[in-house]
Amino acid sequence: MTDPIYKTDALIAQDIDAYLETHQHKTMLRFITCGSVDDGKSTLIGRLLYDSKMIFEDQLAALEADSKRVGTQGQEIDFALLVDGLAAEREQGITIDVAYRFFATEKRKFIVADTPGHEQYTRNMVTGASTADLAVILIDARKGVLTQTRRHSYLVNLLGIKNIVLAVNKMDLVGYDQAVFDAIVADYSAFAASIGIESFTPMPISGFKGDNITAPSENTPWYTGPSLLPFLETVELDTTADQRKPFRMPVQWVNRPNLDFRGFSGLIADGVVRPGDEVRVLPSGKTSTVSRIVALGGDLEAGVAGESVTITLADEIDCSRGQVIVAAKSPLEVSDQFEASVIWMDEHEMVPGRAYWMKIGAQTVSASIGAPKYEVNVNTQEHLAAKTLDLNSIGVANITTDREIPFAPYADSRDLGGFILIDKMTNATVAAGIIHFSLRRAQNIHWQATDITREHHASMKHQKPAVVWLTGLSGSGKSTIANALEKKLARMNRHTFLLDGDNVRHGLNKDLGFTEADRVENVRRVGEVAKLMTDAGLIVVTAFISPFRSERDMVRGMMQPGEFVEVFVDTPLSVAEERDVKGLYAKARSGQLKNFTGIDSPYEAPDSPEIRIDTTSMTPDEAADIIIARLIP
Amino acid sequence: MSVKTLTHLQRLEAESIHIMREVVSEAQKPVMLYSVGKDSAVMLHLAKKAFYPSPPPFPLLHVDTTWKFQEMYKLRDKAAKEAGMELLVYQNPEAKEKGINPFDHGSLHTDMWKTEGLKQALDKYGFDAAFGGARRDEEKSRAKERVFSFRSANHRWDPKNQRPELWRLYNARKNKGESMRVFPISNWTELDIWQYIHLEGIEIVPLYFSAPRPTVTRDGLLLMVDDHRFPLNPGEEPVMRSVRFRTLGCYPLTGAVESNATTLPEVIQEMLLTTTSERQGRAIDHDQAASMEKKKQEGYF
Repeated sequence: MTDPIYKTDALIAQDIDAYLETHQHKTMLRFITCGSVDDGKSTLIGRLLYDSKMIFEDQLAALEADSKRVGTQGQEIDFALLVDGLAAEREQGITIDVAYRFFATEKRKFIVADTPGHEQYTRNMVTGASTADLAVILIDARKGVLTQTRRHSYLVNLLGIKNIVLAVNKMDLVGYDQAVFDAIVADYSAFAASIGIESFTPMPISGFKGDNITAPSENTPWYTGPSLLPFLETVELDTTADQRKPFRMPVQWVNRPNLDFRGFSGLIADGVVRPGDEVRVLPSGKTSTVSRIVALGGDLEAGVAGESVTITLADEIDCSRGQVIVAAKSPLEVSDQFEASVIWMDEHEMVPGRAYWMKIGAQTVSASIGAPKYEVNVNTQEHLAAKTLDLNSIGVANITTDREIPFAPYADSRDLGGFILIDKMTNATVAAGIIHFSLRRAQNIHWQATDITREHHASMKHQKPAVVWLTGLSGSGKSTIANALEKKLARMNRHTFLLDGDNVRHGLNKDLGFTEADRVENVRRVGEVAKLMTDAGLIVVTAFISPFRSERDMVRGMMQPGEFVEVFVDTPLSVAEERDVKGLYAKARSGQLKNFTGIDSPYEAPDSPEIRIDTTSMTPDEAADIIIARLIP
Repeated sequence: MSVKTLTHLQRLEAESIHIMREVVSEAQKPVMLYSVGKDSAVMLHLAKKAFYPSPPPFPLLHVDTTWKFQEMYKLRDKAAKEAGMELLVYQNPEAKEKGINPFDHGSLHTDMWKTEGLKQALDKYGFDAAFGGARRDEEKSRAKERVFSFRSANHRWDPKNQRPELWRLYNARKNKGESMRVFPISNWTELDIWQYIHLEGIEIVPLYFSAPRPTVTRDGLLLMVDDHRFPLNPGEEPVMRSVRFRTLGCYPLTGAVESNATTLPEVIQEMLLTTTSERQGRAIDHDQAASMEKKKQEGYF
């Protein structure tokens, strides 16, 4: 059942130096196995580890004991127990998280991403697939192509894996019947073509019995194709293809040990670099020539895709972390608007319009996602209408970044087209994304310069424009303070405008409700209006609950430095509820009013507002005076 | 244009260097945990490569239990000096005061000197990112830990709530008080480590090579009598045996193996032909099922 050549490498005992020499030149293949509990995925990986002698005696003894105690294979070894690492997984007999396994044969070293197959673990599968060169998609021969097979294939294809093995497993349970195998392969071929998978390699195997794992099985004389392990050992790697592309290296770190040395460190995403090559730094577009590739132990003659290097340039040009050094003659596209596939990975659903951190290459920028154009049903690949994306759902949406970034479509480069989104509040990684292309809009709409500038507007009014942003719970006293403030400013001949939450909802924002997404859009629009008013030279006073820190920070980012004054109207919930001027708290408490801030929707207090007003110890007039003292020193 | 096929070691090296540079770019105050073992030796070597010609821009931290082998202390000081890095040594004052030791206090020894000592040291210096030399092939719960492993303000690891890690994109953002443990050699195996040491000529503690050493047996483990603190039974005499160590920790807790391997290729040969896994020589893992996962949740590396 097991081919002995994988049990021990004879060379180890005979000539260790020769063995080491061979081992040094081994390449590495990273692959992912996709399949659910019942497909025998863990059993297959356990089998690969066992057959390639990666299981030691003490581990085997523990495994035998565990197999008898909690195994599902009777008296036989349950290989699945080898790979389920977390205590919760072993107790429940399921795989929850991505696990990485390692084994080596005479020709290659392998890293296997072992991921759970259920729909609720889409994020884990995507994570495992993101670094894989190849995917093994398991099918239970008794069941054929199932919904989950289609899901796994869709995700593997989405993540750009070109090498796919279709492992029709448990052939022992269908009597090694060729007709069963052929029917499944025909069925899968039709489906694969429909989603754009160009080719795949089908194999009839039994992970449990060991058929066609390390060597052709006597049980399938009708099958003349490769066995799994020999195939994995010889399949061509994508990594060398990356070296044939034009040079691209995101700058991770600027190396400055002293004034005489300035090196740019990064991992080469694509291509090859040599001293003398002409390069361009993006997005600035400045050009220079590579002088050295510096390394401990002596300079290098070349650096290739996949290597971490430090290069120096002939000219002192501006270049910092996040910028991308590229071949001068074939630069990357630069844009601030993209269409992308987004895989949502957080319990908290996506909020269209909200600003998230977007990490791409070595840079992190602020980015907001538009409402999804559609969501993809991962089981049927149908396009569905959607207002948001929740955990494990995948959709297509437009992304806008706060500055222009160099990028490549994901299909051309994983490193320059794949990104993650990070929640600005919780710092959780909430989504992964794949750039399809930049939107032409970003290139074709230019800012129209006007002759009367914002400085003109302000100087005609003899004032410095500002936005006084009052935030606090409903009933905290925002509108009252705003009103007192505007009256005092008017008496001082200042040109002002008050934007009030309730009033704006009668007009500009009357199409918006009180869901999280609508609240975000509400604040965004008010921010844009306030910004136009500061351009007109006005002092704008706003009174909005504006419960979320990320949107307040977004508005702050729109304004000129120093023009945004955040005022936290700090009234305890109990006090605001006690006042209940509009009777809203009573309604919310009785359930008549949904999504009410402080009751069933959160209020995120500012961390460091410019001004904090404690309304339990101060009158509205006193509060207005404090704000004026800050505005007009 | 000619194509150069990267070997598995070259790919691993590039990945580890990339990880280290990310940490230095994104963390406020990083540190490298340095335990003087072979994994630490590889990590330190990778750090030198990652930042050359600058010295690695962070200090080394040794969370000391006072019970390491003498040869480890010697190499520790030498390696830090050669790398041009500051070496911080931390010993838990409470453990010191109470005289906590591996002979009388069992698992409390590891808990106080290592787990508590590490937390105290990180808090004392305010490090927000600590490199560790753990590898995923060592143990089952490590196989599922992220490269950037997020810790709460009280250093706890939540295995059920880990950040997804995609492509080469690591999310290093955190709030004040929270920290990251970062494992740049996550994807290396024991063989990779040895092979790399061999290839790059990295200096390691001589204890990894066989030599005649004074030993006694305790609970099936072959222990080296490294100093006078080792309590011998009445009439017991240490026996000189040709032994070496596959893994290094506190000398009273680290089992030796009888061996004649005196060169790296011989050590590698022995490792490849051996039939027991690396951590078997360590007493700590045998305590209970899922013991490492539990220790990690509590803040152990």
